[in-house]
Amino acid sequence: MKIQNTKTKTLRVILYAVLIALALVMLVPFAWMLSASFKLDKDVFIFPIEWIPKNPRWQNYVDIWSKIPLMTFVLNTVKLTLIVTFLQLLTSSFAAYAFAKLDFKGKDLLFLAYIATIAVPWQVYMVPQFMMMRSMGLADTHLAIIFLQAFSAFGVFMMKQFYEGIPTELCEAARIDGMTEYQIWYKIMLPLSKPSLSTLTIFTFVNTWNDFLGPLIYLTTESKKTLQLGLRMFISQFGSEYGLIMAASVLSLIPVLIVFLSLQKYFVEGVAASGVKG
Amino acid sequence: MGKTKTIDPAVVQKKLSVLEPQLERLQQQAEEETDLKKKLKLGRQADRMRDKIRQAKTGERFSRQAKRDLVAYSFIAPNFIGFAVFTLGPVIFAFVLAFLKWDGNNAMEFAGLNNFALMVGNKRFLAALRNTVIYCVATVPFTLAVALALAVLLNQKIKGRNFFRTVSFFPYVASLVAVAAVWNMLFSPAKSGPVNMILYNLGMAAKSLPKWSADKNWVMFTVVFFSVWKNMGYYMVIYLAGLQGINGELYEACGLDGANTWQRFWYITLPQLRPTTFFVTIILTINCFKVYDIVYMLAGGNTGVLNESAIVLVYHIYEEAFRNWNLGYASAVAMVLFLMVLAITLVQFRGEKKYSA
Repeated sequence: MKIQNTKTKTLRVILYAVLIALALVMLVPFAWMLSASFKLDKDVFIFPIEWIPKNPRWQNYVDIWSKIPLMTFVLNTVKLTLIVTFLQLLTSSFAAYAFAKLDFKGKDLLFLAYIATIAVPWQVYMVPQFMMMRSMGLADTHLAIIFLQAFSAFGVFMMKQFYEGIPTELCEAARIDGMTEYQIWYKIMLPLSKPSLSTLTIFTFVNTWNDFLGPLIYLTTESKKTLQLGLRMFISQFGSEYGLIMAASVLSLIPVLIVFLSLQKYFVEGVAASGVKG
Repeated sequence: MGKTKTIDPAVVQKKLSVLEPQLERLQQQAEEETDLKKKLKLGRQADRMRDKIRQAKTGERFSRQAKRDLVAYSFIAPNFIGFAVFTLGPVIFAFVLAFLKWDGNNAMEFAGLNNFALMVGNKRFLAALRNTVIYCVATVPFTLAVALALAVLLNQKIKGRNFFRTVSFFPYVASLVAVAAVWNMLFSPAKSGPVNMILYNLGMAAKSLPKWSADKNWVMFTVVFFSVWKNMGYYMVIYLAGLQGINGELYEACGLDGANTWQRFWYITLPQLRPTTFFVTIILTINCFKVYDIVYMLAGGNTGVLNESAIVLVYHIYEEAFRNWNLGYASAVAMVLFLMVLAITLVQFRGEKKYSA
């Protein structure tokens, strides 16, 4: 019995050692980013690495705003992300309700259209999509980015999976009580679908916030560019201003970090519901 | 909607004489049918028929079913219209465009299979295809193994479990541009790059220090390494979900038989996770085919132009379409990408049947 105990103890120690090593691997790049963002360019590569700079250079976080039109980029990205996330959540949960709980003509055919395109990566049709948007006069507009992101088949699919898990009796009871379908959706389904709405929010928010190829193709005017494009532009123009690049990178991570941390408790649940079964 | 028109008894009678026999036939069929699914379907058809009869009798313009349909369509329309215009349309257009020659300004010309013939002789296409396949073959097993190991570890009852989970997931949601910028500095090919500095201090000769993304032999390795680090958190979460679905009694039974940790993993966890592993492999492979921005940011340098040691399929589509305006050719390359993804998807459909049966 005693041997067993020491053995489990050693296992525990190894387990924690491995986990801490892994956490370090995951975190070191971010720690280095944060540390470098407070340094002068010439100090960034000093070895051994100085994790906590002796004279933190807060000036980097001031200079970055005037070096590039960062405020414009941030506002553009915030605007696009909020609109896309809102539209995505609203329209997909709306459509998913009909697919999961209503019976109507052409249901299978309409749903087939969604499924068929889920297997087609965006990269396959990005060229004709761009030509179509251009012919509509949408090239170099934010509207194009919104249309691009807001109506994904993925969202409908995910919400439908979730709604199917909610007992249909709930809807029927509400119908007998005289609720319209719209009221059922708003008063019963929406409040129940917090986990999947949170997951969809994380996915959509993160995807739109971090999207690179879409804005790269569509947005050419500098004042319309997003944070990711602006950051990339800054990196290729001022490749050796390490401190500033890192400061801008840290800033671009903050919103994602906030959204992720505030919604993550639903996340494993949501991925489980949408991922494995889908 | 509930407007009624004046009811002409003769017309109603005529309608009913057609509808009622149909209803009877359906009811009879439903009774004789033994297959439950078909029976339900017939039952639904009969309901619709009854609805029509009721409509004929009362003379309402819209039947109840039609009203219900309209409500359902109003739920779907906001998403579906956007989806049809901006996704479905372009998807169909993409298939047509692959057989056309078009520069975006002049009229389109039919090109037959010419675009596909051009690909075979295009060095950049062949390099892109090769690199994409190499990237997939290296990334998929590597990510799979790390994600599974991580998930098994983080499924134990340990202190700070949520912290570790969050930490391993964060790279996945972090902005690629920012993270790639850090990696480019950490793995700077110069001797002063932190990683190379550590290697140097560990005793590696200055000459043999790897040049990472600046070296054509190392660039794919660097890209693979980076993408495993960035994406494994996502697949770990899927594995975690899979692990939580395993019946705990299996482990108990196994414990009674005196199995050790390793045996439990090998004989219970791994087989029970087969469907998850299968799903993760498929998703991962498809995502690997779509790789673009990771390579662009790690190997593209300041100009963002990829040479033949790092070019991937999506980049080839991008450069042909938006730099050279060979839209037809670019779409043909996109078809190759699509066929690869389709092949994997078909494997998935067959697999899903196998695992759900």
